[in-house]
Amino acid sequence: MAETYIGAPIKRREDVRFITGTGTYVDDIKLPHMVHAAILRSPHAHARIRDIDTSRAEALPGVVSVFTLKDIGELDATVPIRMYKIPGLDKYLQPSLARDEVRYVGEPVAVAVAESRYLAEDALDAIDVDYEVLQEVMDVREAMEDKVLVHEHNGTNLAGVHHVSIGDADKAFAEADYTRREEFRVHRFTGNPMETRGIVAHFDRGKGELRVYGATKLPHLNRQTIAAFLQLPEHKCHFEENDVGGGFGIRGELYPEDFLIPFASVRLGLPVKWIEDRREHLLAANHSRQVTCELEIAARKDGTLLAIRAQIYGDMGAYVRTHGGLVPCSTGALLTGPYRIPNYQAKIHCVMTNKTGLGTLRAPGRVESCFYRERMLDMMARDLDLDPVELRRKNLVTPEEIPYEIGFTRPSAHPTILDSGDYASALRQALERFEYDEMKGIRGLQEDGRYHGVGLSYFVKNTGGLEPYEGARMVVGEGGGVSVFLSIAQLGQGHETAMAQICADALGVTMDAISVFHGNTDLSPFGWGTFASRGTVMAGNAVHLTALQLKDKILEAAARHLDVDASGLTLEDGNIVQPGTEAPALPLGELVAHMRESITPEQGVPELEATAYYNSNNITHTYGVHLAHVAVDPETGVLEVLKYLVVEDVGRVVNPLMVRGQTVGAAVQGIGGVVLEELVYGESGQLLTTTFLDYLLPTSTDVPPIDDLVLEEAPSPYNPLGVKGAGEGGIVGTAGALGNAVSNALGIEVKDLPLSPDRVRAWIRARGDG
Amino acid sequence: MKPAPFEYYCPETLDEAVSLLEQHGDDGKVLAGGQSFMPLMSLRLARPSVIVDLNRVSGLDGIAANGDGGLAIGALTRQRALERDAELPARNPLLAAAVPLIGHFQIRNRGTVGGSLVHADPAAELPAVTVALGADFVLTSAGGERVVSAADFYLGYMATAIEANEVLTEIRVPAWKAGRLWAIDEVSRRKGDFAMVGVALWADMDGANCADACITLFGVGGEPVRVEKAEQRLKGAALDDATLKEVERIVSEELEPDSDIHASALYRREVGGVLTRRALRAAAERGTEGNGA
Repeated sequence: MAETYIGAPIKRREDVRFITGTGTYVDDIKLPHMVHAAILRSPHAHARIRDIDTSRAEALPGVVSVFTLKDIGELDATVPIRMYKIPGLDKYLQPSLARDEVRYVGEPVAVAVAESRYLAEDALDAIDVDYEVLQEVMDVREAMEDKVLVHEHNGTNLAGVHHVSIGDADKAFAEADYTRREEFRVHRFTGNPMETRGIVAHFDRGKGELRVYGATKLPHLNRQTIAAFLQLPEHKCHFEENDVGGGFGIRGELYPEDFLIPFASVRLGLPVKWIEDRREHLLAANHSRQVTCELEIAARKDGTLLAIRAQIYGDMGAYVRTHGGLVPCSTGALLTGPYRIPNYQAKIHCVMTNKTGLGTLRAPGRVESCFYRERMLDMMARDLDLDPVELRRKNLVTPEEIPYEIGFTRPSAHPTILDSGDYASALRQALERFEYDEMKGIRGLQEDGRYHGVGLSYFVKNTGGLEPYEGARMVVGEGGGVSVFLSIAQLGQGHETAMAQICADALGVTMDAISVFHGNTDLSPFGWGTFASRGTVMAGNAVHLTALQLKDKILEAAARHLDVDASGLTLEDGNIVQPGTEAPALPLGELVAHMRESITPEQGVPELEATAYYNSNNITHTYGVHLAHVAVDPETGVLEVLKYLVVEDVGRVVNPLMVRGQTVGAAVQGIGGVVLEELVYGESGQLLTTTFLDYLLPTSTDVPPIDDLVLEEAPSPYNPLGVKGAGEGGIVGTAGALGNAVSNALGIEVKDLPLSPDRVRAWIRARGDG
Repeated sequence: MKPAPFEYYCPETLDEAVSLLEQHGDDGKVLAGGQSFMPLMSLRLARPSVIVDLNRVSGLDGIAANGDGGLAIGALTRQRALERDAELPARNPLLAAAVPLIGHFQIRNRGTVGGSLVHADPAAELPAVTVALGADFVLTSAGGERVVSAADFYLGYMATAIEANEVLTEIRVPAWKAGRLWAIDEVSRRKGDFAMVGVALWADMDGANCADACITLFGVGGEPVRVEKAEQRLKGAALDDATLKEVERIVSEELEPDSDIHASALYRREVGGVLTRRALRAAAERGTEGNGA
């Protein structure tokens, strides 16, 4: 065992049940008298609902209930915005079931509840909806013209605008030696956790309590919303997450179904299950990315960056969902990356279209902005005949300039500050490990008939913060066993292991004495959730602080028991010891046994527990480099990623196995998104990619082995552990590195994605020689 | 994603199966490996009211030599069984090379030869290969058997000559000609996906020159597409760069594919030509070695 648990490559405790298929996921929940819901979804991108007739469906055998918005009546609520509440967005919220109009294919219209999912789907077939089809608008540019309105009563498709203005960009542009303007596009795709969304809601009429299984990511906030919707006291609503098969930002946000299934259970007094099928997931769960950017750059001849200006357009879909303007705004938030760019101006547009609502997907906006910026830097290097690495090195923020305040890049009261880092060092190590210099000879047409190229991207990624706090409660019990109760949810990352490591070090007990519990709103009245790589930063520090408080309590109790001064005691490996004395060690378990037996009314209570919150608005920033080596078959346009490296400095590594797992998984997901995945809308606003036959996820044969190098050169000064989040660094730079690599290989300028064979062929054709 | 209600039959003899189909007419639908059909049912894109499951019918699988040195393949033979048949590469190397390109091994474990042929996905390998090989399909109904050539079987986008009361029971593949050159190649988005474009071809040589050839592409139309103009160009010619380049041009010109979300019509035309050229070159370079000759 290492000297500390933090930093040790400990296998995840969760793995045994995850890998052997013995986890308990929401679909494993089966309750007596449980009935099954299915949701009727709009087949039209835009239509007026003239009438809904559910009578045929209700008459079918086995059908328990069919309901529409009319039945929800005065409880009618909308999916609330929880962050990035840009003024105006709140006029575009989604009702639980369509009101008068449907605005995207997949919008919930009615709910059928039956004795089985089969029967429930039969009932959907028997619901008659009379639609008057309306004109749809699917393209952001067209939507900006306001000729077709997604929400007619609002008079515009431009739901909200946010401005960023730092320095004087216009002046910098006027004085610059060099400027360039380009338009970049990132396509629409989304996260596909292995486990789709799902809810089992059980309203117990006798107790007046609601239990909801399948909550994840943000169980407390979702409970708050649903309790208010159903007019129930929050403490009578119990949200349990169970095991979770991934989230990636998509799963666990509040959706219409989160209203509908608990509502059905309250209405029927029966447990109701709804499991999202993959078609529904692709149609109705948040889509992501699809941000377009007109980017301008200004520099001196020698490559010194002076300014950037950006017009950013987020394709928000038909309703603004829980994230508000996050996706396009986050694109603007870190557009300047790790570079010293004193003048920055951006206008961010949230534009409505007749598509599924936009939400977060692992490093939302940051993948996009890294692509735009890093592609632009390669173009600029080519224009100015500069080495692309030197160009970057010259402009990287130096350790002496850190903490480096970029300015107010978000709709938030806090400026964006790069908290710690040695950016040049990470770049140097990345180039060495990738053997970048040695690979200079392989570029262009090679003997295998393919064009080879190498691409680099540099990223910074905010982690932690965003929502201010997480808490932990810690209780010592029989035998010195420590129970850790977390306020934070999880999505399958491994909190049970990482939090036990953190607790063991701070408390001074062995890790096997610690059990970590999470995913139940009864464990803690308040909490936020797992997103923005904030788990280790927020919950990790909460566990650390709680353990330190608990340790003090334990030592005080031990001091009373031993009749010594607490200051002479410490806790090591689960034993209370008195350093510098001959006194025998007192095992924590013995102290507990003694307290349990000997407490008298005069002596108080056998309480060895502590609760603490880590509360901070400070955002940490990881940083690093992606490097890719690709080969393109010029005749078929087929791209192969031959070699891929991710370098990220995460401040301090809690568990290197888990960090590597996050990095590799994120890189694979990133490569998939850049090369394969796309949500494609066709004629009349129909989504054409509603199965995994057409929506292409990367498989093991589509990606190379991912190499990674995790650095700990710059612990965050903002939190006691010095940690930063490690969940997204592996994905942030993928579009930038691959876009640069393909451009480098073919001598073209990639400005939009995905890098599909058809698209690559089109670029080669346009180049004029192929 | 749950199928609409249907009646289910699992006959144990072929007679029983065809009489069920006779009885139910257009309402009946045959289930074999289910690798395409079950997802279509689950999405309610297919809503048959009667399913006749062939999986318990005996005598419909197996790979046998037929009298003239060719193969008689039972329609219910799993694709994986064909793939694992040690004799197949010698008996018919083109067919043997095509099978591993079908989906993934999990799919081939369950998927049947006949199921793939009757489902008739225009991007599937087996329909194109059976057309290229000049195979015959035995269609059995309560009234008896009839034999239809693969070329006549495919009638357009997912449309075939099979009648609602018929079951494809056997695929007869003519004997492999000694010395025949062959190749199959495809481009798909991922390994195991349906091809965006593919080609299966063979050429019989007379000395240095091509005596006869068959070039069949898949993923480029509603059904397997033979490019006879390109075959004609090959006849009497050596498989040299100039000929191959011209064959490439002819194929690109002759194809009339559609666009879909994975590739444009232009891409398919271009790459159809490229793959044909590459396949011919690979066939020539491989020569007759290991060709079953």
